[in-house]
Amino acid sequence: MKIVRVEEIEEAVRRLSMNVNYFIRDEVKEAYKKSLEREVSESGKEILSQMIENVELAAREQLPICQDTGVSIIYVEMGEDVRIEGGSLYDAINKGVSRGYKEGYLRKSVVKDPLFNRVNTGDNTPAMIHVDIVPGDLFRITFMAKGTGAENMSRLAMLTPAAGVRGVKDFVLKTVAEAGPNPCPPVVVGVGIGGTFDVVGWLAKKALMREFGSRHPDPNYAKLELELLEEVNKLGVGPQGLGGRITALDVRIETAPCHIGALPVAVNLDCHAHRVGVWEK
Amino acid sequence: MTKKITPPLDDKLLEELRIGDKVLITGKIYTARDAAHKRFVETINRGGQLPIDLRGQVIYYVGPTPAKPGYVIGSAGPTTSIRMDSYMEPLLKAGLKATIGKGYRSWAVVELLKKHRAVYFIATGGAGALISKKIKSAKVVAYEDLGPEAVMELEVENFPVIVANDIYGGDIFEEGVKKYREITLPFKIERISEV
Repeated sequence: MKIVRVEEIEEAVRRLSMNVNYFIRDEVKEAYKKSLEREVSESGKEILSQMIENVELAAREQLPICQDTGVSIIYVEMGEDVRIEGGSLYDAINKGVSRGYKEGYLRKSVVKDPLFNRVNTGDNTPAMIHVDIVPGDLFRITFMAKGTGAENMSRLAMLTPAAGVRGVKDFVLKTVAEAGPNPCPPVVVGVGIGGTFDVVGWLAKKALMREFGSRHPDPNYAKLELELLEEVNKLGVGPQGLGGRITALDVRIETAPCHIGALPVAVNLDCHAHRVGVWEK
Repeated sequence: MTKKITPPLDDKLLEELRIGDKVLITGKIYTARDAAHKRFVETINRGGQLPIDLRGQVIYYVGPTPAKPGYVIGSAGPTTSIRMDSYMEPLLKAGLKATIGKGYRSWAVVELLKKHRAVYFIATGGAGALISKKIKSAKVVAYEDLGPEAVMELEVENFPVIVANDIYGGDIFEEGVKKYREITLPFKIERISEV
């Protein structure tokens, strides 16, 4: 039995809130640099250079990469042999977010009610929390700071099985093309395929939380990820939508079994800052 | 060539701006995003007085992060502009001459800009730390209770933007993407519209 104290969770989340917002991950920065080599449009090259300059400045001065420090999305993978001690898992996560966003001078971007009473909660809580119970004694927290520019451009479709691979591809391409400059391209594209209406959106988000550049274990989907990346980059959207070859940095797919009559697809876009961090005990 | 401008903006200057022009803004600009726009328009609709005189002015769509000690402002890059589209007409009627944001405007707003002779600038989305260095002072001038959505007056110096929509109906995104599209799509691409 592994014991995880709530204080450890709070501290991990507090640190992750700040770190993902200040420090770009090496692999994402590397993707910017590779994109700069491949981009042909002048405006695209200029924007990619600014992105590199921006993340370097942010890390140096510990400033948020982007002013939209996002809603905090927390994915907990918790082993069956893990026990939380000292209080509630959810409270610990929210305390960590609250402290991280306050102490780290991050923007508080959550309102307490979506429609009638849009009052800022003042500490970026509540976080959006997902928990999976897994075998063994793993305890892993994945933290994502998700800006709304890209989130608002995400789409879900209940396709039918006849739509097939082409239907899925077209829906992804249409989503990215219509989003155009709005989600801050070059984007990262998370695609969920299968499950049900509720599951598929989470699959797309999980795809975004996966390791940058990792491929789906099934070779059919791994191939589809790469084909989609290539086709998305033929859309011409380019950095900040001003035209160019680099529209996406990565495409990742997560899948689930589904109903005989269904083919749900969700496309969750993430901006180029792509802020994800992991803590494991 | 880069053009240097200082608000308030007059018609002659706006006539010279074309999509793709690089512009450096120096002087005072105002911040406002979703919640402040809602209040602006509610104020106009009930015949009230706006907290700022918009004639010839520039609104920057931004909700900055809090300033760290020793800083005038936190990260301060542009937010997505279409969310403000449905509030544009009354503000243009009140004399607003330019907005700064990221992303495209609805075609309805492109038309409104033409009609009211106003421009739309874009700043680099996601470059919030870098952009903050062009802001020399920041003070809240209205709606302090909105927190990150309060209206601020910013003193900026050589604040870099690009003309995305000019007073002639030009649209930088439409032009740019056309040049680089290398795929034929079996569907029509619609611009998401909030108007």
